[in-house]
Amino acid sequence: MNPLAVIGRFFLGFLAAVGRLSLFAVTALSHCLRPPIYFRLIARQMVEIGYFSLPVVGLTALSTGMVLALQSHTGFAHFAAEGAVASVVVISMTRELGPVLAALMVAGRVGASIAAEIGTMRVTEQVDALTTLSTNPFKYLVAPRIISGLIMLPCLVVVADIIGVFGGYLVGTYQLGYNPANFIHAVWDTLKTQDVTSGLVKAAVFGLVVTILGCYHGYHSKGGAQGVGQATTNAVVSASILILILDYVITALFFQK
Amino acid sequence: MTQPKIQLIDLHKSFGPKKVLDGVSLDVAHAESMVIIGGSGSGKSVTLKCMLGLLRPDTGSILIDGEEVVGMGARDRDRVMKKFGMLFQGGALFDSLAIWENVAFGLIEGQGMSRSKARDKAIEKLAQVGLGKDVANLSPSELSGGMQKRVALARAIATEPEIIFFDEPTTGLDPIMADVINDLIIKCVRELGATAVTITHDMHSARKISDRLAMLYKGKLIWVGPSREIDRSDNAYVDQFIHGRAEGPIQMELKG
Repeated sequence: MNPLAVIGRFFLGFLAAVGRLSLFAVTALSHCLRPPIYFRLIARQMVEIGYFSLPVVGLTALSTGMVLALQSHTGFAHFAAEGAVASVVVISMTRELGPVLAALMVAGRVGASIAAEIGTMRVTEQVDALTTLSTNPFKYLVAPRIISGLIMLPCLVVVADIIGVFGGYLVGTYQLGYNPANFIHAVWDTLKTQDVTSGLVKAAVFGLVVTILGCYHGYHSKGGAQGVGQATTNAVVSASILILILDYVITALFFQK
Repeated sequence: MTQPKIQLIDLHKSFGPKKVLDGVSLDVAHAESMVIIGGSGSGKSVTLKCMLGLLRPDTGSILIDGEEVVGMGARDRDRVMKKFGMLFQGGALFDSLAIWENVAFGLIEGQGMSRSKARDKAIEKLAQVGLGKDVANLSPSELSGGMQKRVALARAIATEPEIIFFDEPTTGLDPIMADVINDLIIKCVRELGATAVTITHDMHSARKISDRLAMLYKGKLIWVGPSREIDRSDNAYVDQFIHGRAEGPIQMELKG
């Protein structure tokens, strides 16, 4: 076995997968913009993706904010801890942890369920049945999920930001004995519009990533229960990796002067 | 001679190195019931999917009412798709929708009928396949396999298509339910005056519902003719298949 051939085959396979995914994404996005648009399905997906993700995203944000306050307090104990802790919590939450952690939780919850649902529809021929009933599966299945992901993830991140900072506030004032007014004042002073907007742009991009990858892997799954399981795993893993990579890229674009 | 409803001309299709269709040509006349028989892996499903436009053949043409559909644009494809109805092997009912919504799906989404009107039509179609009003609001998972097949049949005929495809309509059903489905297929196709193409390996069903039979073996049609002549085909492959013998010219490929 020629090792170069193995590397070459792997690389070609990778490029083919990227090409397939890009074509899928372009087709899917173009269907999001052209009628007919199924508003009823979009509303249902928004509830599914947004509303039902609130508990898990909120809990993650709360715990992250609390832990951030506690950890940074240890680090800043020798300095003016109060203001520094507040700054660390609010900047990390809005810029990084809010969007990334919310997106990862949504990838696990929503990306997996999208891949499993569309995958099952694919292997039981329900996707083909849609086509024979004069309904485009991209419009009926894929577009509503992508639109909902794009809208709902920023909403979730706003909630996550607020709950995260509130978690930091709780730990700071009740456990570490900071002055509540000073904490809120420090948060207010530190926070800039760009911190939040960059986080929301990330959230929108991650929303696309999670839903497109969920749909893509579901749509192309084959071979019964095992294939659907594989699709679900691939959807979550690939979405998580892409979220981490794109997080760096978007951060660099926003903050590298 | 009148225009055939469906015309397949020299279809070829391969998946990687595996040739699945190797020059399939077939004419189906208007209002005729054509049944394609053949063993597993003989290319039946692929032929059907090519006709439906779910797969694209590598070479060859498919004419529906004399119109080439291979490589057709999306808009024309939608127009041709409206002529089709399809009964899938596993039913392929949408499990997120109620029974009546499944039956009415093509009416609501494809034809833009109002929901209340489509619901009445769906209940009428359910009655045609022998199902009462009481199942209309159930979900597909609450029905037995035979009932699901009936609902799927009701969905396939709801839009009153000109051409109906049946993919293994009796597979997985008990013999009595299988015969009920056969009768329903004959009745529905007659009432609509539709052209029917069925793929199956159930010989009892094939004899019962077909006007003409075609046998597919290794991607080629090895016999086509009126159903009653199949016992006098003088073809060793056909004889082996219709009598279900393990011994004969067809060797089961144990390795795929």
